[in-house]
Amino acid sequence: MKAGANLYVGGGIILLIAVLAIFAPLIAPYDPITSANLMYAEEPPGAQFWLGTDEQGRDIFSRMVYGARISLFIGLAVQVMNTAIGVSLGLSAGYIGGWWDEMVQGLTNLMLSIPTIVFALALMAILGPGLLSLLIALGMTDWAYSCRISRAQVLTQKSLNYVQSARTMGFGPLHVMFRELLPNIAGPLIVVATMGVGSAIMAEASLSFLGLGVVPPNPSWGGMLSSAREQLMVAPWVAIFPGLALFAAVLGFNLLGDGLRDLLDPHGKGRK
Amino acid sequence: MIPEAEPLLSVQGLRVHYPVRHGWRGKPLAVKAVDGVDLTLHTGQCLGLVGESGCGKSSIAQALLGLVPATEGVIRLDGHEITGNARVPAMALARSAQMVFQDPMSSLNPRQTIREILSGPLRLHGMTDRAEREARVAEMLSLVGMAPEVASRYPHEFSGGQRQRLCIARALILRPKLVICDEPVSALDVSIRAQIINLLLELKDRLGIALLLISHDLGVVEHMSDRIAVMYLGRIVEEGGWREIFTAPAHPYTRALISAIPDPMHRDRAPARLGGEIPSPLSPPEGCAFHPRCPLAMPRCRSGDGPEFTRISADHRARCHLLQTGNPHV
Amino acid sequence: MTETVLDVRDLAISLCDGPTPVAAVEGVNFSINRGEVFGLVGESGCGKSLCALALAGLLKAPMAISGGQILLEGRDLSTLPPHEMRHLRGNKVSMIFQEPMTALNPLMTVGDQIGEMFVLHRGLTARAARMKAIEALEQVQVSSPERRINAYPHQLSGGMRQRVMIAIALACDPALLIADEPTTALDVTIQAEIVELVLDLCRARGTAVMMISHDLGLVARICNRVAVMYAGQIVEQRSAGDIFTAPAHPYTRGLVDALPRLGRRLERGQERLTEIGGVVPAIRDFPQGCRFAPRCGRVTPECGAAPVSMTDLNKGGRVRCLHHV
Repeated sequence: MKAGANLYVGGGIILLIAVLAIFAPLIAPYDPITSANLMYAEEPPGAQFWLGTDEQGRDIFSRMVYGARISLFIGLAVQVMNTAIGVSLGLSAGYIGGWWDEMVQGLTNLMLSIPTIVFALALMAILGPGLLSLLIALGMTDWAYSCRISRAQVLTQKSLNYVQSARTMGFGPLHVMFRELLPNIAGPLIVVATMGVGSAIMAEASLSFLGLGVVPPNPSWGGMLSSAREQLMVAPWVAIFPGLALFAAVLGFNLLGDGLRDLLDPHGKGRK
Repeated sequence: MIPEAEPLLSVQGLRVHYPVRHGWRGKPLAVKAVDGVDLTLHTGQCLGLVGESGCGKSSIAQALLGLVPATEGVIRLDGHEITGNARVPAMALARSAQMVFQDPMSSLNPRQTIREILSGPLRLHGMTDRAEREARVAEMLSLVGMAPEVASRYPHEFSGGQRQRLCIARALILRPKLVICDEPVSALDVSIRAQIINLLLELKDRLGIALLLISHDLGVVEHMSDRIAVMYLGRIVEEGGWREIFTAPAHPYTRALISAIPDPMHRDRAPARLGGEIPSPLSPPEGCAFHPRCPLAMPRCRSGDGPEFTRISADHRARCHLLQTGNPHV
Repeated sequence: MTETVLDVRDLAISLCDGPTPVAAVEGVNFSINRGEVFGLVGESGCGKSLCALALAGLLKAPMAISGGQILLEGRDLSTLPPHEMRHLRGNKVSMIFQEPMTALNPLMTVGDQIGEMFVLHRGLTARAARMKAIEALEQVQVSSPERRINAYPHQLSGGMRQRVMIAIALACDPALLIADEPTTALDVTIQAEIVELVLDLCRARGTAVMMISHDLGLVARICNRVAVMYAGQIVEQRSAGDIFTAPAHPYTRGLVDALPRLGRRLERGQERLTEIGGVVPAIRDFPQGCRFAPRCGRVTPECGAAPVSMTDLNKGGRVRCLHHV
């Protein structure tokens, strides 16, 4: 069954990355920062350095394992922020309607018309580089999809009688939105949020690549790619392995999202 | 039977208008869903509200429950005024009036257990003791003929008829005095309908609640109602005891509704045809709203504000010019 | 005049999504004569709509005809290849549905949708088809058809849309019209009009009508003969005059008594309605013997023992019950 395969392959990739990230100090053979030693600069992959070393002689595998921490943390944290903003706006816009709905929709359209990365770049320029600014810049800019989807779902659900019934019981709008409606629209939102983690990781790498994200010498996949640029012809492994890791993480989250969609689809068989 | 002085529910001059606008700069118009309705309902009675789709019967229900604001008019429920300046808070209103909806499939939150659905309102209304809530849930479930054990199950595990029982239990959980039933059986299988109708009538007598029955099914309305109000295009056109309405309908619309029901006992009697379509409440016809479809329409029906009520007997009145002129057709 | 238009023999429809097919409908026998109105009554899930879809060749997987014959003017539809069935549909057999909005194409004018039938089945030119479409609208009593022909479905009221559906269905003078709950979604006063319209048009053309409904009262009034279905089987087949006044099967009896019929309270007061306990069984849980036995008040041990077959009644008609009235 294809649906199951997506779920397991995607989940497997993410689990592997998560294990690497959590147990980084136990897995990484070298320290990602202090192990710099120019004697071993740009060693090709081999028995001593499994994936080779970079221009400062740091072990690429160790840096990648620690980089997974950053990528995963940023990806998840950013997506939690985005989903929280998107769902709150979308839910309230769909449920309350009127001028608030029009305003939220206008804002959503504005966000969709400007590429996320450009928006984040502008925010970073104001906030300055660093982990916290990165979180804020990415966590505030990519909520348009979850907003749209939650609004559309609410519009179909809010005419159903259980919502009316909760209102006649005297429940306020916050209860109706978050306790009655949210659990019923959670399925599609989980799918969007999962896929969004992949793009958040990608965005983090792009910003780090441009030197705006994680500050060197802290390891991050984007930063590693950025510094590998100059040695691409001499030591391709310096770029290839972080690139592959990025590819695997984004693919993993997308497959997981696809698998979850098949699982949560009301027309599918995965439902109880 | 002489009802006590103060009715449980009294509605006077209720109007519910919805603003609509075509496009950005369109002229704002109003859909006059309810346009001047008076109703009274006493404890222990069942009032049937009859009419075709778009006549405004559902808007009345929504206004009574505080789900849509009344544009004009006064609603007094259980001694409190729920319209205008003296608005009763939503919580107090919830303890006075509740609703049973047409479609039991969408009326229960699919992600909550029956226990959550039934005890949530109790907690909201200040019943903090868990054991007390459990007892009330069990009491309500047995009242509607369900075992208390079903409380831990989810709505999708029940059939349509069982779900409607659960909806009735939820409507009764706060012990309201008025229960509004909007087409309570029309989404159910024919063999299940009798169960729900019997249950509602039994609960009405046992708990002394008042029922407002909204339906287009005249068979159900005749069986359940003590009084009946017939609505057409936002107004009540005839009102009276069930016996008067069904044995001596005075308004041509009421008569058309009754004779449109296929009578299997008299196969040779073809149902009366009523030409034309129900007009839009956006642009109701001038004069009596029913005149474009009325087989007995006269010139005076086509202009003015439409006829006022004419009293036919102590408890029976209708809005029709024919009644004022003493027309032999009536 | 007893020219048989439709003869359904031992029709069975099965749900084929598991290792073994499960019969959803079985042993359905009935025939409809020219100009006759035949009613098929039952609750949701009894198989009446499956029968209708099978007759129109519209059954969708996992449902499939698993036995029996459907003879329309002597030709067996159950074995007809899809392209020939497509040719018959709209031409010899047509259908009207409960919700006309979903059965009409929202992007085509009603004129084009009616005209399409003439182009497809009669080979008319677009111009000639348009003239015929106006004529067809006139026959279903749509006022100013020359104007309405350019309207889109959403511009029409529910009653008007159902009239358009009827015009499309009757455009090519079919031998059989299947009407699946044609008035359920409409208002009471419109319902009566639509039913009378269908009856008038079909009577004039000699079209056989199969009226499918959950409303026993409606069917008993307008049909010549009525079959009541329960859990995939016909349980009683009678002349319409008898079925309401003297039902033979306990289930039919239950349905008649459970209905809060107009005028009943005047005769008998506000008595408790007779309830049919329990629920309609699901396809996979059909009982072994009589399928109504678990809900029946007249049940005896032999009811559950073996499947019950149809027996002839002295007063005419057939019933599937060991203890019929």
